[in-house]
Amino acid sequence: MGNRSISPVVKLDNVTKRFGECRALDRVSVTVHPGEFVAVIGRSGAGKTTLLRCLSGATVASEGRVWFGEEDLATLAGRRLRAHRARVGMIFQQFNLVRRLQVMDNVLIGRLPHVQGWPRWASLARWFPAADRRVAQRALGHVGLLARAWQRTDTLSGGEQQRVAIAKILAQAPRIILGDEPVASLDVANGAMVMETLRRVASDAGVTVITTLHHVDYARRYADRILGFRQGALVFDGAPAALDGAALALVFGDMALEPGITADGHLAEPELAAV
Amino acid sequence: MSGAYAAAEVGLAPEAPPRPSNTGRNLFTVLSLAVVLALAARVIELRPLELFRDAGNIAVFLRGYLNPSFAHLGEYTWQCAVTVCIALWGTVLAVLISVPLGLLGARNLAPHPVVYLAARRVMDLLRAVNEFVFALMFVTAVGLGPFAGMLALGIHTGGVLGKLLSETIEAMDPGQAEGVAATGASRLHVIAFGVIPQVTPNFLSYVLLRFESDIRSASVIGMVGGGGIGFYLWDTIRSFNDREAATVILLIVAMVMVVDVVSSRVRRAAI
Repeated sequence: MGNRSISPVVKLDNVTKRFGECRALDRVSVTVHPGEFVAVIGRSGAGKTTLLRCLSGATVASEGRVWFGEEDLATLAGRRLRAHRARVGMIFQQFNLVRRLQVMDNVLIGRLPHVQGWPRWASLARWFPAADRRVAQRALGHVGLLARAWQRTDTLSGGEQQRVAIAKILAQAPRIILGDEPVASLDVANGAMVMETLRRVASDAGVTVITTLHHVDYARRYADRILGFRQGALVFDGAPAALDGAALALVFGDMALEPGITADGHLAEPELAAV
Repeated sequence: MSGAYAAAEVGLAPEAPPRPSNTGRNLFTVLSLAVVLALAARVIELRPLELFRDAGNIAVFLRGYLNPSFAHLGEYTWQCAVTVCIALWGTVLAVLISVPLGLLGARNLAPHPVVYLAARRVMDLLRAVNEFVFALMFVTAVGLGPFAGMLALGIHTGGVLGKLLSETIEAMDPGQAEGVAATGASRLHVIAFGVIPQVTPNFLSYVLLRFESDIRSASVIGMVGGGGIGFYLWDTIRSFNDREAATVILLIVAMVMVVDVVSSRVRRAAI
């Protein structure tokens, strides 16, 4: 992270997001620099997803400003909003791949915003220029799934599908990757595999990552920086090493309420189901 | 395990609250239905006994129908082929009409509520008017013959398929389309990649179902001048030419059966 001098990718300036009486985000100010891998933790309803939606342009802050580079996201609409979405790679908990398409087609979807001129029309019939197909192939190779290219996407396991989603994001060549609980629906082994892949491709491509993570263990292991939210407010911002017991208590309050996390913030051993 | 559970615990079962009684409401439902059916029977002059009293007439008919004539078999077979062609192109026209209407008439895709409502009303109109009414109109417009029949079938079926398509789209998994939209893809791209692959199997199944139904409609649309075997069906029955009518009906039955078998093969192969 020797490039702190470069202008920030994302800057939230005293951002509040209200839904009726509820403050999903409460006066949040945070700056993320290029190449950072940021994990966002907090209990359900702490404002993690709202933060991501503010950054992706899916929702507009009630107060304050969200800056993406030099651009104020509140001013974007229509074509310029779509251009912003192309700069942001989204990874979802449920992968959100088109299940009946071949794996390669799903990766090529990441190229859609980049295809210009007449190939833009041809791409409606799933025909892509050779250069874009090469990018998709390289992306799929990067996540180690080139052998599955012509398989139907829903024949892959959950972990593999999430890696296809990462390949799609790579093909999209975004400036930032936003993850919405990318490993919450995967088992521990597959979750670790996906996080390894995400971490590797992000540092290879020099892309910033901001991802919510349900499990503090994942955040500790893979992030450079952790943001802890509680009831919409940013209550922790620091390196994983700084996330001690006191900080965890600040973010999560009573740990017993958060299933799957033990008092010291580690993943609980999965209980053997009563047979 | 469950057997032991049932045997050991049976005495300890807690008392459920008494089951509420529906007897009164059920009785009312049955009685009201009986009254409505009795009134409807009066309206349509339902007299089942006449089937037996006039059994002699029916026997005369049957004698003709049991001796089909094969004098014009070639002509009738050709007209069956014409009928299949009417249904085939009618279904193609229906798909061409239904895809834009169905996309615009799906609440989750329509660019504007006014567009959605307009598309819905157009589809309602196309469905509400029977294909025979359309056929009568097109016979006036383009003249007697298969082309009028094909237009009539296509337009009516276009409304039906459009409605089915828009409902399939409204029931799809939004996440898959969201995954495409999140890349910054245009609306057309979201439809081509996020929507069409999802709804294709269901839509194809509906198209085949409507093709089978169009075959049945096309086999009688000739009665109003829409071409195909229907004209001969009408002509032979009206002139009490029972032996010829029997041939026509047998051919129609055979045609419908063959088409149903082929279409279910296609469905299995494609989905």
